[in-house]
Amino acid sequence: MAQKLIVIGAGMASGRMLEHLFEQGGDWDVTLFNAEPRGTYNRIMLSPVLSGEKTYEQIETHNAQWYDDQGVTTRFGEKVVAIDRAAKTVTAENGDVLPYDKLVIATGSNPFIIPLPGHDLEGVIAYRDLEDTYRMMELGKTEGSSAVVIGGGLLGLEAAAGLHAQGVDTTVVHIMGHLMERQLDESAGYLLRKELVGRGIKVLCATNSKQILGENGKVTGLELDNGTVLPCDLLVMAVGIRPNVALAKEAGLATGRAIHVDATMQTSDPDILALGECVELDGMLFGLVAPIYDQAKVAAKTLVGEAAGYVHRDVSTKLKVTGCDLFSAGDFAEGEDREDIVFRDPARGVYKRIVLKDNKILGAVMYGDTADGNWFFGMMKDGTDVSDIRDTLIFGPAFQGGASGDPLAAVAALPDDAEICGCNGICKSTIVNAVKNGAHTLADVRATTKASASCGTCTGLVEQVMAVTLGDDFVIPAAQSICGCSDHTHEDIRRLIKAKALKSEAAVWQELGWKTANGCHVCRPAVNYYLLADWPLEYQDNLQSRFVNERRHANIQKDGTYSVVPRMWGGMTTPDELRAIADASEKYGAKLHVTGGQRIDLLGVKKEDLTAIWDDLNAAGMVSGHAYSKGLRTVKTCVGKEFCRFGTQDSSGLGIQLEKKLWGSWTPHKVKLGVSGCPRNCAEATCKDIGVVCVDSGYQIGVAGAAGMDVKETERLIDAKTEAEAIEWIAAFMQLYRENAKYLDRPYKWVAKVGLDWVKDTLSNAEERAALNERFEISQSVYRKDPWADHVKNHSEQYQPLADITLEAAE
Amino acid sequence: MSWIDIGHLNDIPVRGSRVVKTPVGCVAIVRSSETEAYAIGNTCPHKQGPLSEGIVHGKKITCPLHNAVFSLETGEGTDGHQIPTFPLKIEGGRLLLDGASVGKRSAA
Ligand code: SRM
Ligand SMILES: Cc1cc2nc3c(=O)[nH]c(=O)nc-3n(C[C@H](O)[C@H](O)[C@H](O)COP(=O)(O)OP(=O)(O)OC[C@H]3O[C@@H](n4cnc5c(N)ncnc54)[C@H](O)[C@@H]3O)c2cc1C
Ligand code: SF4
Ligand code: FES
Repeated sequence: MAQKLIVIGAGMASGRMLEHLFEQGGDWDVTLFNAEPRGTYNRIMLSPVLSGEKTYEQIETHNAQWYDDQGVTTRFGEKVVAIDRAAKTVTAENGDVLPYDKLVIATGSNPFIIPLPGHDLEGVIAYRDLEDTYRMMELGKTEGSSAVVIGGGLLGLEAAAGLHAQGVDTTVVHIMGHLMERQLDESAGYLLRKELVGRGIKVLCATNSKQILGENGKVTGLELDNGTVLPCDLLVMAVGIRPNVALAKEAGLATGRAIHVDATMQTSDPDILALGECVELDGMLFGLVAPIYDQAKVAAKTLVGEAAGYVHRDVSTKLKVTGCDLFSAGDFAEGEDREDIVFRDPARGVYKRIVLKDNKILGAVMYGDTADGNWFFGMMKDGTDVSDIRDTLIFGPAFQGGASGDPLAAVAALPDDAEICGCNGICKSTIVNAVKNGAHTLADVRATTKASASCGTCTGLVEQVMAVTLGDDFVIPAAQSICGCSDHTHEDIRRLIKAKALKSEAAVWQELGWKTANGCHVCRPAVNYYLLADWPLEYQDNLQSRFVNERRHANIQKDGTYSVVPRMWGGMTTPDELRAIADASEKYGAKLHVTGGQRIDLLGVKKEDLTAIWDDLNAAGMVSGHAYSKGLRTVKTCVGKEFCRFGTQDSSGLGIQLEKKLWGSWTPHKVKLGVSGCPRNCAEATCKDIGVVCVDSGYQIGVAGAAGMDVKETERLIDAKTEAEAIEWIAAFMQLYRENAKYLDRPYKWVAKVGLDWVKDTLSNAEERAALNERFEISQSVYRKDPWADHVKNHSEQYQPLADITLEAAE
Repeated sequence: MSWIDIGHLNDIPVRGSRVVKTPVGCVAIVRSSETEAYAIGNTCPHKQGPLSEGIVHGKKITCPLHNAVFSLETGEGTDGHQIPTFPLKIEGGRLLLDGASVGKRSAA
């Protein structure tokens, strides 16, 4: 018979433990309680959610669906209020009493709230869960709001950076003399502070708080010891955590600072295990995921009666604030028997310090350039004697001569048990084995080993291990900078524009350290696109940062004339439109060509005539076809069920609806659609960026096709039942592409990078789909209009010469 | 030199360009910043691309057809290309082009 297992808390510890448990098999009847009204998510990634770099959906690890699939009974939003060890039952908040054979306590910890006067006012929060995160994000929506964060440690600074990224005026109040004193020494703390202050975050160190001020029960400010008052709308306390032990204590389990467990994760009751932040083992407490994931592995084994023991290992820390690169590991307090090696590069804001004892690394702190962090950390954990390389140690592995200067060779030389992914405790051999068993992409390696799937800072290292294992079959996606003007990659720039709320080209150049005054022809169009895609209402599209075709809304020809392609919705046209095109062709001496996109190209129009020909075409009801844009091009349709004896749906009608919804939108590269009325596929929908094939039961939506320099069939995204559903999915796909892809990646290239599974997962979430549609519509409120009409009205002089001084010359 | 008023600086968008028709052909007036402008030959020596349609960055312009880059100050371009430059000055926001250099016999 299945054993009854009750788990209290669906946090990072128990999520991982259950995953291991189900991998091992066995017959379990699991009930999972969680005080938070949701399943398991990657709590450590709340900061990227706060700063706007990620969405909640992207950090879910085990949601209700996942638990459902494993047959777990989930009681989310419900607390366990009592454990009766004699009866072997737990009591739920609503009074239900449930029997268990085995019980796992994984209740994590509670944020510590300093009992300052006023700490119970509305608007005093901690930083622990999604509610706190949303609360802070909400604040950013009110212009001119301000927040105070008490606590300049890891959490406090991530909260402050996130609040700042949301546009909130933020002050950090820290009691110690420098920031993150537990992880950083003074110098590194100074550099970190300088960076944050430079961004506009106020930082007060060595500062005590006296009381929290409020009005009508709501927080209004923080009064400091010296009498200063910092007004604020929200006060975040991030001063530490207290293991959540009340339940265990009341049940009579052995507790100290936390629930006592042995190395098998068993509590003082043999049928009760505990793990995560709520336990104490050999006098140690845990507040980082790496050891907690180890515990999860052990607990899962203990449950099935396999021998396993938790072994403590050192952990290193990184601050997840984009742009603040710091690394810290081990012990770096000064001492007589210790030696310091320090390296500073003030110009680059780099600081590195290694603390040695008996020629072994005891601790390492680095700021500004942390690439070698894992190398030092590895030697620290292994207790490597560094006497031979002591002189050049601080310069990292690249300076150690010989093969190790090549990062790949250095990775190749790592022993099998070298740790690659700290969060998940994944060693090199695990990754190598996964690769040998067929995991040939980063996504596969993540899925099979979890390496780089938590905080992601080891991604580069994982890729290097893959490259070493696969040889020429794996090309490390080069972190190629956008162009010579910047060292940032396209991906970084996209992220930073969102995270730092950069809303103008000048802000990007300044904040991201452009090396040229105002970019070049490579980066400017990309940056202009990223800005308008991310801030459709705030950013003003800059025509001077667009390639000629998009600036002139026409395609330049080899002789400097232009071609003009009016839109023909879904490839349908009328005698009136054809007459207007014929007239324009004669009037402006344009040649006509029927394009491959079901419309007509007027070729060879002089620049000076562009606004006039557009005006004529506008008068006949025609608008720009955007045949020149990185945006929506054509929606090719077949005649469909209205005319064709095989047609199953109104393909041209759907095509026109799609074109009317999507036209005018700018995208990372051009986007073409096709809608075919049946699988005979006369509109060639299966090689478009987005293609719909109508069938009796609905609409098969494929994406990521290509028929240009590459030819590729689309891949199925979803089978939609109704037109409305098809349109909703397609618009959501467009917006996801608009928000995430690198400039000049067609959808098929982008999807190959992020994986169709990710796209499908994201879009399968109805809320996310709705949110994408909403953001798309916000952007379309600006861009769904005819640029030709706009230029005729507002920019026509730009199409004429500034002056003509040839005539006077003939006098 | 014979200065001819060809328009106002603000007739050209920042980092944009417009042409002036002259006896020696089209000259591109390129506004490289709020306060600066240059006059260069409009025709790219590579395949006659209209330089005034290029992207302006720093004191350079990129040809719209195949991305040759030219200095606005010297006319020097990538791959050894060279375009002519013409004297231009700005007075009270007015753009004054040297008539003599573009084939005008006398000032207007
Ligand atoms: C006008 C048209 C050819 C025609 O007369 O039929 C055309 C003309 C140009 N195509 Fe195209 N493409 C035209 C249909 C296509 C098609 C077929 C289709 O859409 O069904 C393809 C293959 C499908 C695709 O989109 O990949 C196509 C793949 C390309 C590519 C390769 C894109 C790729 O990612 O592989 C380029 C280059 C680029 O965009 O970077 C390109 C670029 C161009 C440019 C804009 C090159 C340029 O920058 O000057 C051409 C402008 C010529 C001019 O003087 O106006 N054209 N081009 C077609 C306009 C369709 C329309 O009504 O909008
Ligand atoms: C913003 C933030 C950033 C962080 N960054 C990092 C980082 O970069 N690196 C790192 O290693 N660690 C980081 N951490 C710490 C890490 O998230 C925790 O160590 C980890 O989540 C602890 O896992 P856990 O399962 O023990 O507890 P939790 O993940 O907190 O899970 C405990 C769960 O139990 C539930 N619960 C409690 N009591 C009951 C009850 N009576 N009945 C039912 N359910 C109950 C709670 O609601 C909670 O969901 C960060 C934490 C935060 C908040
Ligand atoms: S295939 Fe397209 S890009 Fe090539 S010559 Fe023809 S129209 Fe121009
Ligand atoms: S015509 Fe200017 S680069 Fe080719």
